[in-house]
Amino acid sequence: MNPIRKKRLILIGLMVAGVGVAAWLTLNAFSDNLMYFFSPSEVAEGKAPTAHPFRIGGLVETNSVKRKSDGLTSAFSVTDNAEAVTVEYTGILPDLFREGQGIVAMGQLNQDGIFIASEVLAKHDENYMPPEVADSLKTAHDKAVNKTQSQAGLQ
Amino acid sequence: MIVRFFHQMGSPRYFYGVAGKMIPWFMVGFLVTLLLGIYYGLFVAPADYQQGESYRIMYIHVPAAWMSMFIYVVMAVSGLISLVWRIKMTEVMVISSATVGASFTFLALATGSLWGKPMWGTWWVWDARLTAELLLLFLYLGIIALHSAIEDKRVAARAVSILALVGVVNIPIIHYSVEWWNTLHQPASVTKLGKPSMDMSMLAPLLIMAISFKLYYGAVVLMRARAEIVERERNSRWVMEMVEQEAK
Repeated sequence: MNPIRKKRLILIGLMVAGVGVAAWLTLNAFSDNLMYFFSPSEVAEGKAPTAHPFRIGGLVETNSVKRKSDGLTSAFSVTDNAEAVTVEYTGILPDLFREGQGIVAMGQLNQDGIFIASEVLAKHDENYMPPEVADSLKTAHDKAVNKTQSQAGLQ
Repeated sequence: MIVRFFHQMGSPRYFYGVAGKMIPWFMVGFLVTLLLGIYYGLFVAPADYQQGESYRIMYIHVPAAWMSMFIYVVMAVSGLISLVWRIKMTEVMVISSATVGASFTFLALATGSLWGKPMWGTWWVWDARLTAELLLLFLYLGIIALHSAIEDKRVAARAVSILALVGVVNIPIIHYSVEWWNTLHQPASVTKLGKPSMDMSMLAPLLIMAISFKLYYGAVVLMRARAEIVERERNSRWVMEMVEQEAK
């Protein structure tokens, strides 16, 4: 390679590396602001802001969804399998909202530690499968669970 | 022999001829795979266990998003070669790719938004993945604007190549945004190590669509490159001779 081209290549390499490092430093410095939501554990540790609204994300705990008598308000707990936070929301829930699924809610904690949401978004996971496959996976899972339970019962 | 091929492709006149012969093949391939992909995606693939029929928009959204990043990488690599070796044809490739790339980025954002409303409950959120993809659209638009702002084509190509290389840092950010930060956008189902988190019956049409979009890009970039070559070389002998022949 002739020296001029080599010099250009090195210069461009330095430029791209420089931009890369700058971007890395910036993103690192703002990494907390880039988090779209806080997890229930972070809320429990007190990392989430108390003075202004924030987002909380996690799975809707199974058998935790309760509807109030007004028909619009629902309460459920959001968990990351370590901590759980109770969320109250008045309004229409998105299509994908269901127990065991991920959600992101925007709102604020009140004095009782209940998260009053102004917006609830469903978070989809990366799994795509036909209903029959989902069914057979569930049946297989239930079978395995029953088996271990009955074995435990025998002992 | 491969070296000779690349040397020949570096000549605008030779490239013009070869590209002209390749375009119909790309077009035929694109149409066949497009029809196959749409048929399998819309009629054969089963509905999703959670999303029902709405998930089918991914057959446009996902390949478009892949293309938006793929084309940008092609531009950045062409830009690097243009800056170091000053090859005319790679300069042409950088600018010919920009509009197709911008269109695919817009398509990915628009289809994502249409899917987001029923599924997430919102058209748009400022999470890391969506914001980084929007930044990519602005990079493409910036490249197009910068290129048309400079009269001298070779100077313009150099400026655009530098901008393309600066922006390439955004590509890993888009890809890894869903892993590095909490985002509303779901993590990758296919482009990851390990088994895809998608049933084969749904994945196959997606891959056909991805091939289809690549062929479309091939056809369009060659058409645009030919137009760009003729404009750049309009005072050269071979272009004038060609125009005279056409006129006869």
